[in-house]
Amino acid sequence: MYIYDDYDQRIVDQRVAQFRDQTRRFLSGELTGEEFRPLRLQNGLYIQRHAPMLRVAVPYGHLTSKQVRMLAHIARKYDRGYGHFTTRQNIQYNWPKLEDVPDILADLATVQMHAVQTSGNCVRNTTTDQFAGVAHDEIIDPRPWCEIIRQWSTFHPEFAHLPRKFKIAVCGSVEDRAATWVHDIGVHVVHNEAGEVGFKVIVGGGLGRTPIVGAVIREFLPQQHLLSYLDAVLRVYNRYGRRDNKYKARIKILVKAMTPAAFAAKVEAEWAHLKDGPMTLTQAEIDRNAAFFTAPAYETLPAEDAGFAQLRSENKAFARWVERNVFKHKVPGYAAVTLSLKATGVAPGDATDAQLDAVADLADQYAFGEIRVSHEQNLILADVKQSDLFAVWEAAKKLGFATPNIGLITDIVCCPGGDFCDLANAKSIPIAEGIQRVFDDQDYLFDLGEIDLNISGCMNSCGHHHVGHIGILGVDKSGSEWYQVSLGGRQGHDASLGKVIGPSFAQDDVPGVVKQIIDVYVEHRQDDERFLDVFDRVGMEPFKTRIYAKERAHG
Amino acid sequence: MVKAPHIVKLDRATGQRQIIANHWLRLAEAADDAVPPHSLLPLKEWLERRDELIGRADVGIWFAPDDEPEALGSDAAQLAIIAVEFPAFTDGRGFSIGRLLRERYGFTGELRAVGDVFKDTMLYLKRCGFDAFEVRADKDVEEAAKGLDDFTEYYQGAADQPLPLFRRRSA
Ligand code: HEM
Ligand code: SF4
Repeated sequence: MYIYDDYDQRIVDQRVAQFRDQTRRFLSGELTGEEFRPLRLQNGLYIQRHAPMLRVAVPYGHLTSKQVRMLAHIARKYDRGYGHFTTRQNIQYNWPKLEDVPDILADLATVQMHAVQTSGNCVRNTTTDQFAGVAHDEIIDPRPWCEIIRQWSTFHPEFAHLPRKFKIAVCGSVEDRAATWVHDIGVHVVHNEAGEVGFKVIVGGGLGRTPIVGAVIREFLPQQHLLSYLDAVLRVYNRYGRRDNKYKARIKILVKAMTPAAFAAKVEAEWAHLKDGPMTLTQAEIDRNAAFFTAPAYETLPAEDAGFAQLRSENKAFARWVERNVFKHKVPGYAAVTLSLKATGVAPGDATDAQLDAVADLADQYAFGEIRVSHEQNLILADVKQSDLFAVWEAAKKLGFATPNIGLITDIVCCPGGDFCDLANAKSIPIAEGIQRVFDDQDYLFDLGEIDLNISGCMNSCGHHHVGHIGILGVDKSGSEWYQVSLGGRQGHDASLGKVIGPSFAQDDVPGVVKQIIDVYVEHRQDDERFLDVFDRVGMEPFKTRIYAKERAHG
Repeated sequence: MVKAPHIVKLDRATGQRQIIANHWLRLAEAADDAVPPHSLLPLKEWLERRDELIGRADVGIWFAPDDEPEALGSDAAQLAIIAVEFPAFTDGRGFSIGRLLRERYGFTGELRAVGDVFKDTMLYLKRCGFDAFEVRADKDVEEAAKGLDDFTEYYQGAADQPLPLFRRRSA
């Protein structure tokens, strides 16, 4: 876990003072609403449907128990007792008062937290694999690199007012769990043939109105050049990205218009001037950051704990939870646990103050005091001893966090939609709930296996519907709420965008449509084929035929 | 309250600031023949008359956000003043222009930000190499100047402090 020194703390404290002054000037009329808007957005403060909404940064999804207790305190003191974890590993509060925001920031600063650049047209919070540092398939720990990027991007003077928002994701494992191919920049930490550390750089991915899978613009960038190269990419984008049309302003549009090869050439030309300059990383700085992300005090344990194995074979419910919510750790005898924030009937990603406090306690007791947020909107205890898993499971059950559904169809990624968001075309949360209710039979749910279902309330795609195996998008049809369904999207190294199945559906029909999709899958499945495998093999037709035949029958 | 257009002028060596009246006239296009003293010409116009104007210390240039510092190149080093226009403070292209002029093309004269300039943009501008700020006419200039003090430490290197924090941290 990165720990602030005096410099980091001073920067965050000065930010609190600056934002306090900006808020004061807005409230006194010295700043117009139009002037204040970009300023408050760069601090994660939206004006939403019911109230302001404050998005607090969780850099690369990492939290200490102390920080989680502070998040609970903020939910209790300034909000309505809960917060919402987002697909960008942050947490949002839906009901703060504008006047209170400077005080919230001051409270956050006491635990080395802030809301810097969680929104606005700047470099946003960098995201990564929730299992970074513990994943069995990790090649290189991405967290020091995330921290190096965090510092570089914080109040970067040249890139404070980009054409549009800018999102960077880093991945250091075999499997990509950070959706790097659909970010403005995706960074893969890799070794070259000589065994040196460096980066494969992808640019121009993104979702939203024009979803695009990014393109590789550099196969290998030696590690010391990361920041000068990022400066070059951002400078090209800042200068040549479109500013005339908000919908065409993302870097993906520039890369597409120029072609990735021409864009890469432009970046190389810019970088030639910056390469080996002062922003070249020193080994000392790389080491300094890496030193914060060393392994905790693991015990030497057998690969398989006997007591755990026995409980697992005796207790079916526990075994299920282990199968879905426990992830293979690289250290023998340990496991990473996902606490599911996807209990049926609770908005996906929501947690109450009491739950947050309890999670902090759990982390202290069983997981070296550390908690992570995943971009699928769940919480993670990264380092749990196998021998403690049963106790963690029992505790998680009491908290409502033990739903054994990670990676299953009810582990829905869902934006706040029309219940909270001003931009929504349709509601998302009740759709998620409706679908969860259809799949309430545990045996059936388990049998279906891995299915990502993602819901967004509008084209902005905050719920990542394009990369859901099943994606649901709220659309506006003459003032009423409709839902477009797509199939076949995915977010890993084989990232691709779902294809729309056909005309959209009314709210009440959506759970039934999803059920039909699943029925078609089950009918076509051979052996233990996953939903995606079946879709790739049989294509859209069987799904389409079933659903629209039924629709017609309904009249 | 000092009404703009006044210039907050920063001494880059000492950090001292003064509020001064503006003496430079920004021309939308170049006058026909003689260019009057204290004129700021559009980049394009200046380039067209480069050979005639290059030695004149009383003529400067102003950049629109899509003007390219590359077009001026090392001639920048000979100029006394360049203004960069910010049509809206949310248009960050001028930040890159500032850095390129300072860090790549050796411009050491007065780099002036004009347009939508007020307290909350001052420090970013300074960091990108600006040392003169034509604060928006409806804003309090002295209040705006305080924006230069919002932060005292920065992570990344930029025009005002090329060394990133990581090169200074251990020192
Ligand atoms: C509630 C207020 C919110 C507003 C006003 C908002 C606004 C937007 C907008 C305008 C876009 C479109 C960007 C584009 O042009 O590509 C977008 C995309 C996105 N937002 Fe939000 N959003 C909100 C909440 C959220 C939440 C709750 C999450 C996480 C659950 C989130 C995460 C994202 C993500 C991941 C994208 C996809 C962008 C991409 O990769 O291209 N946003 N949002
Ligand atoms: S996808 Fe649309 S409705 Fe959902 S949070 Fe984003 S902007 Fe709001």
